[in-house]
Amino acid sequence: MKTNDVIFQTIAKVVFFMIIFFAVHLFFAGHYHPGGGFVGGLLTSGAIVLLMLAFDMKTIKKGFLIDFKWLISLGLLFSAGTAAGSLIFNVPFFTHAYDYFQLPLFGKTSLHTAMLFDLGVYLVVIGVTMTIIQTIGESE
Amino acid sequence: MEILMCIVAGLLFAAAVYLMLSKSLLRIIVGTGLLSHGTHLMLLTMGGLKTGAAPVLGENTASYTDPIPQALILTAIVISFGVTAVFLVIAYRAYQELGTDNMDQLKGTEADD
Amino acid sequence: MINLPVLPILIPLIAAIVLLFVSKSILAQRVVSVIASASTVVSAMILMAKVKSDGIQTVDMGSWPAPFGITLVSDMLSILLVLTASIITLCVVLYSFRSIGNGRERFYYYPIVQFLLLGVNGSFTTGDIFNLFVFFEIMLMSSYVLIVIGGTKIQLRESIKYILVNVISSAIFVIAVGFLYSVTGSLNMAHISARISEISTEPIITVLAVLFLIIFGLKGAIFPLYFWLPGSYAAPPAPILALFGSLLTKVGIYAILRTYTLFFYHDQPFTHDLMSLLALLTIVAGVIGALAYRDVKQILIYNIVIAVGVLLFGIATMTEESIAGTVFYLIHDMIIKAALFLLGGMIIYIAGTSNLTKMGGLIRQYPALGWTFLLASFGLAGIPPLSGFSGKLLIVRSGFSEGEYVGAIVVLLSSLAVLYSVVNLFMEAFWKTPETPLPDVKKRTGSLFIPAASLVLLSVLYGVGTEAVYPYVMQAVQTLIHPEIYIDAVLKE
Repeated sequence: MKTNDVIFQTIAKVVFFMIIFFAVHLFFAGHYHPGGGFVGGLLTSGAIVLLMLAFDMKTIKKGFLIDFKWLISLGLLFSAGTAAGSLIFNVPFFTHAYDYFQLPLFGKTSLHTAMLFDLGVYLVVIGVTMTIIQTIGESE
Repeated sequence: MEILMCIVAGLLFAAAVYLMLSKSLLRIIVGTGLLSHGTHLMLLTMGGLKTGAAPVLGENTASYTDPIPQALILTAIVISFGVTAVFLVIAYRAYQELGTDNMDQLKGTEADD
Repeated sequence: MINLPVLPILIPLIAAIVLLFVSKSILAQRVVSVIASASTVVSAMILMAKVKSDGIQTVDMGSWPAPFGITLVSDMLSILLVLTASIITLCVVLYSFRSIGNGRERFYYYPIVQFLLLGVNGSFTTGDIFNLFVFFEIMLMSSYVLIVIGGTKIQLRESIKYILVNVISSAIFVIAVGFLYSVTGSLNMAHISARISEISTEPIITVLAVLFLIIFGLKGAIFPLYFWLPGSYAAPPAPILALFGSLLTKVGIYAILRTYTLFFYHDQPFTHDLMSLLALLTIVAGVIGALAYRDVKQILIYNIVIAVGVLLFGIATMTEESIAGTVFYLIHDMIIKAALFLLGGMIIYIAGTSNLTKMGGLIRQYPALGWTFLLASFGLAGIPPLSGFSGKLLIVRSGFSEGEYVGAIVVLLSSLAVLYSVVNLFMEAFWKTPETPLPDVKKRTGSLFIPAASLVLLSVLYGVGTEAVYPYVMQAVQTLIHPEIYIDAVLKE
């Protein structure tokens, strides 16, 4: 059955980027405000699922070029690597470092190593959620 | 308030037990979901319920919520999310492979080992 | 190097991540797995030497001081178990090369094994009760994958029950941790121990004790809660079964040992008597199963249940001698169960069936396998000077000196039953004239035999060298008997 979902597809294309930007905003808000890698990741995968609903799975998979399972490994590497970085400096495992930087455009910004960890969480969440949805959804 | 929450958690547990005792695999999985919801509600109640302040130690520390149960719940939610996903996928595969989602027929006999 | 206790947890994690990246190449996976498992063993050995010389090692993760953050605590008990678990994993990985099958190897078998080791080592090392739950979940999640990997019908069927049981026990675990938190206001195990000893007369502590016994009993397969074990463990192939049988149930036992010596030692007339009763019922149930079945896997699986009963009885008696016996027996049982399951897997591989009535006469073609199996069987039953002897001796002796005559006698008799069941297995599989003559072609089993035999050798060395192991075990026992040592080391008072 072929349904005419032009409206859905057009809106999905726009809304996709809105959700992604909101997800990124949430991700960066995660240090001192509600948000963080987990929520950001969930939202991002929500956006991808929206695209998958509007178009079909194969098109989206071709468009993304990356294997979501690979994202899981990459995310784990980021998280574990950040935690293991403390081994080099001989401070207790998971100790994080932070400082304030004067960045162009952003002004005074605090940068944490915890953010790298959170980036790992973000990638893992996207990878895991998308893998689950693909596994169940593909075999229709 | 705590007592009300305990009762709600108890109701969730009751529903979860009822669902998990049924024969359909999907109902069982929904039951485990309810079970973990009940657990998380219970955990939230365990820390003591206070209203009106964020769970962060700020400048005014007159009334703040204990952050530990919330951190625990977040962890527990993520874990139960993962477990439910694994359970769903395995149940789906089992349904495809074995051709049934009825627990009675999933018992297995000596013959098919 | 202040992060030494982290290494046996971190190395499997890093290895698992690397393995996820190279999941396409089987050769690379094997190489990385072996290197990682071997380096986990080495790091555990270094850590053990450090604990022996400097006492308990702790790491406050993220530099949060002890009662507030998560603390990893390596005392002698935990590091002994970590070392044993790592050695077993190394042997199982070597054994898997030729037995697990290419399909499973390509489908993330090796990373999951490393994740399992991460969960097991983490559970042994952590000093935070909620973190224990998290590591339990890592371990269980890996075991869900391992039990279903390969996707045969029986595996799919059994994995559903296995997951359901464990989901329920995890939910109870979270509730119990919540209870404990609302009573003591802390999650750090040392801190909880100190707080509980201030309010030890409260009946809620006894309730908590029973709750935790139920949770860990479900994982560790004690009497009324072992129902899921025989079915689920029979489903996966031998190397996975060896990992499950030697590591998973023992983590449950470790958790009981830890919580009952650190938290719940105040109301012993109730809690420990209850545990003692359950221990004896566990032994009886295991013996019935082990004697009734005519199947290699089932006989060995019911022997797990018997060993759990013996260990639980040792914990329930709760004297210095019985705890020493428990620690001895725990390590022995991990090694010997892994060895027996690997050897049993070879028997099944050679005979093509796990049904004892259909096999026989293997000794003619596989004499080395036969005699090694017999040696391992004697070790399991605790024949001196093999490794099961000293642990059981200490447990039984303390049972008699504490007036637990029935229990001690049941434990003694269980050894006879164990001996009968495994020697019967040996006679049936190796000695009996087979119904159908064996094919003349000898299957190549060298690469399977070496890891299994080295575990048996380790077990023999452990038995013969009891004197050398004794100081290590006694250091572990001192921490268990005197919780103050543990508390002081963690809270640095």
